[in-house]
Amino acid sequence: MQIVLIGITSFWAIQAFATSNLIEFPFIYVLGNSISLSIDKLSAFFILVINFTSLTGLIYARGYLKPYLPKKNSTEIAFHYFNFLWLHISMLLVVMIRDALAFLIAWEIMSLVSFFLVIFESEKKETVKIGLKYLIQMHIGVVFLMIAFIIAYVQTGAAFSFDGLSVYFTSYHPFPLFLLFFIGFGIKAGFIPLHSWLPHAHPAAPSHVSGVMSGVMIKMGIYGILRVLSYIHTDLFGSGLFVLIISLVSGIIGVSFAIVQHDVKKLLAYHSIENIGIIGIGIGLGIIGLSQNMPVLAVLGFGGGILHILNHSLFKSLLFYTAGSVYKQTHTRNIEQLGGLIKKMPKTALFFLLGALAISGLPPFNGFISEFLIYSGMFQSLQTADLSVDIILLLSFSGLAIIGGLAIFCFTKVFSIIFLGTGRSDKTKNVTEVEPVMIVPDFLIGFFILLIGMGSFIIVQPLMNVVAIFTDNASILSEMTPVFNKISLSSGIFISIIGIIWILRAWQQKRHQVSVNDTWGCGYTGANPALHQYTATSYADNFAHISSKLVNVKKEYRDFTSDEIFPNERSFETHSSDIIENILVTKPANKILEFLNKIAVFQTGNIQHYLLYALVFMIIIGLLTYFNWI
Amino acid sequence: MISLLLILLSSLFFVGIIIQTKAKIAARKMPSIFQPLSDVIRLFKKGAIYSSTTSIIFRAAPIVYFSSVLIAALFIPFGGNVGLLSFYGDFVFFAYLLAIGKFLMIIAAMDTGSGFEGMGANREALYSMLVEPAFFILAGSIALFTNNVSFQELFSNLHIVSSLSYSISVASIYVLIYIALVENSRMPVDDPKTHLELTMVHEVMVLDNSGFDLALIHIATWLKFAIYGSILANFLIKNTWSIYEQIGVYFVIQIAFAIIVGILESFKARNKMSKNPQWIIMLSAIAVVSFLTALIVAHKIILN
Repeated sequence: MQIVLIGITSFWAIQAFATSNLIEFPFIYVLGNSISLSIDKLSAFFILVINFTSLTGLIYARGYLKPYLPKKNSTEIAFHYFNFLWLHISMLLVVMIRDALAFLIAWEIMSLVSFFLVIFESEKKETVKIGLKYLIQMHIGVVFLMIAFIIAYVQTGAAFSFDGLSVYFTSYHPFPLFLLFFIGFGIKAGFIPLHSWLPHAHPAAPSHVSGVMSGVMIKMGIYGILRVLSYIHTDLFGSGLFVLIISLVSGIIGVSFAIVQHDVKKLLAYHSIENIGIIGIGIGLGIIGLSQNMPVLAVLGFGGGILHILNHSLFKSLLFYTAGSVYKQTHTRNIEQLGGLIKKMPKTALFFLLGALAISGLPPFNGFISEFLIYSGMFQSLQTADLSVDIILLLSFSGLAIIGGLAIFCFTKVFSIIFLGTGRSDKTKNVTEVEPVMIVPDFLIGFFILLIGMGSFIIVQPLMNVVAIFTDNASILSEMTPVFNKISLSSGIFISIIGIIWILRAWQQKRHQVSVNDTWGCGYTGANPALHQYTATSYADNFAHISSKLVNVKKEYRDFTSDEIFPNERSFETHSSDIIENILVTKPANKILEFLNKIAVFQTGNIQHYLLYALVFMIIIGLLTYFNWI
Repeated sequence: MISLLLILLSSLFFVGIIIQTKAKIAARKMPSIFQPLSDVIRLFKKGAIYSSTTSIIFRAAPIVYFSSVLIAALFIPFGGNVGLLSFYGDFVFFAYLLAIGKFLMIIAAMDTGSGFEGMGANREALYSMLVEPAFFILAGSIALFTNNVSFQELFSNLHIVSSLSYSISVASIYVLIYIALVENSRMPVDDPKTHLELTMVHEVMVLDNSGFDLALIHIATWLKFAIYGSILANFLIKNTWSIYEQIGVYFVIQIAFAIIVGILESFKARNKMSKNPQWIIMLSAIAVVSFLTALIVAHKIILN
């Protein structure tokens, strides 16, 4: 069923890329109004991304859900697949529907089925709680979207749809309405400070669901923002600056939080926030470029941002799938208990490494290409820009450089703690490689990561088509083709030199003695090698130290006392809390809860009291009417 | 092509000059300038010992690291001559290429499962992350000034624009020298001659490498020095000079750079480990100063 769906919609999408005009056809009739599906280049791009990730997710789920089959009854499993299918359908509808009401319904279905997917392991209380938190936040988002659509409709009387927005944006200042849309869509996308559902929902969900949610579902928020932007043509500077600043903050803070996490999926969730930030930086710069009449910045900014959507969907789903494989084999997501898995799960380890290198934006992988586009847009615009834009650019490229450095810091940590060194607990003892069906998606994704990284010229043409929706000068992208060719050439030389030296070394080592021995430990070999290794906490410690105000790491331990001559066994724990979530969500929610608890004194369960309330109420109403106050 | 040859040539004696300078200042007998070279040749003649904890990562890392530095050298222009590889935004590729080598070296150090190497890896990761913005801001300020975004054009137009460009060069050269020292793990961030594993950064990361791999790592370090030396030289060499003058000045600058490193290491104490991050962030701050200077020179900030 899902395969058929993928087939049909991919065909439409490719058709949309091939032909120059919009594909539009009626879909269903609601109350006499026809609601049509329309696919332009932007929708087509998203359809392809959605289909690919859903396909890999589906294959991966076959293997991942196997251990659950005896535990859950067949209805639950069927319900899970049903929701997975509907998540896919609703995402496709979201990118194809222009009518506001139908769009909101599809959006709602998407939130609802993903809620059911998240609470798959509903026997755990924590999971249900997280699921509810997710559902509530999604609904807050929908309210903002609804208000925004209604305002546009009431003010202009144009069609209640995306297309109707263009009328509003030509006659009113676009920023206030854009802000509403941004909040509504931004909750889905996970921009800081709207992100607080994300680091909880991803770890709770099964890995194929986290892969799809992080890979494509949060991008629906980006889609919404892009779609709205495509109707705004005036007064863009404020919106662009706003998007850019929020994105820089999301990028830097997201990756900083990621570094101090011990839960691998939570860490990856924070990285989604970071990458949404990178996408946003591209888009924000694109908007600023549009408003300042700097076509190079506009085209390369949008191009980099949009390409990063595709790239992130690839490497993030790869990372979630491989992290899920580790979870399935070791039953823990706490990386402090892992280690040395590369010897037991070599394929998973190498694919995780591939994803880690790609997400850190290193050549010759795909993440580099999109970041490179954004960088070159910025550097090429430095001279033509005026002072304020120059300073914005300075902040953006140093921000992007910091994000890149932090991502490297984070992924060297997570890869080496999970896969390298010696196992840190018994959970790593009897681990084996996962079954082939769970490796298949990794191969598929890995192929595309390398394809975009090494043969980046192939993406120029499709990308140009998508960027053309936002700016008229998209052909600037075609000037990047020779640059991309040079990058491919350089990467090719890089890889061949690695190969040559590898052969040289093999030849050299054949003629000399190569032996295997213990790791150097200052001549002391008595200790358990697992004990004096670096842990995730110690690796992150110096970073946590310099950013202590932000990441808020708390250490729990008992100090030595003077009468303790022979130290006993002791424990050491660290916790980090999301300071933004504390301020924005937890504290207000607790305040409200406190207030509601106080109000609860009225709920006595005594029928006489309730009658008294009714009487008081009637007296008050009577008095108010008497004094003409209402 | 010529720049690659020059880099390879100067890398052979660069570290030799540093150790000679240090010996001279400490009033020791000077080792031969080719002592590092003969050390490496001896390593090539040796077998290797691998730790039983390590995996394929540990064996791949030195090779990837060396290759990344070698390819990075291809981007460096010389005077009016283009580097072997050159395109728009090549310095972004350059920076990220060095980063992938470093990424592999860091995880290779973690691969040994040794606490010491963990420390080194972690410090290296933090310092190289902090130094990244300085490089980009520097590149940005020159790009702003010359409107060019490849190494070759950055430097060739730097001299044409005006003599004011030297005002940017001062701050840039200062920052660049220290970026080179951080990237190569020298004083004042890291002391290559320290004898305690707990206080090392780069040296402790390669404790378990031996033979061929260690030789590659050493050569990569020389190359890195020579690359940064060449970038410095490009700031000062005018492409209107004849090629012999250019080459002569190039070697003078490389030798001067090596002697400066030697002098710095002889007289400067190493930073306190916990102060290093602040010190490295300071480099970005100075780079911002050069960016502001560029803004003034480009008449975007009007002073009167």
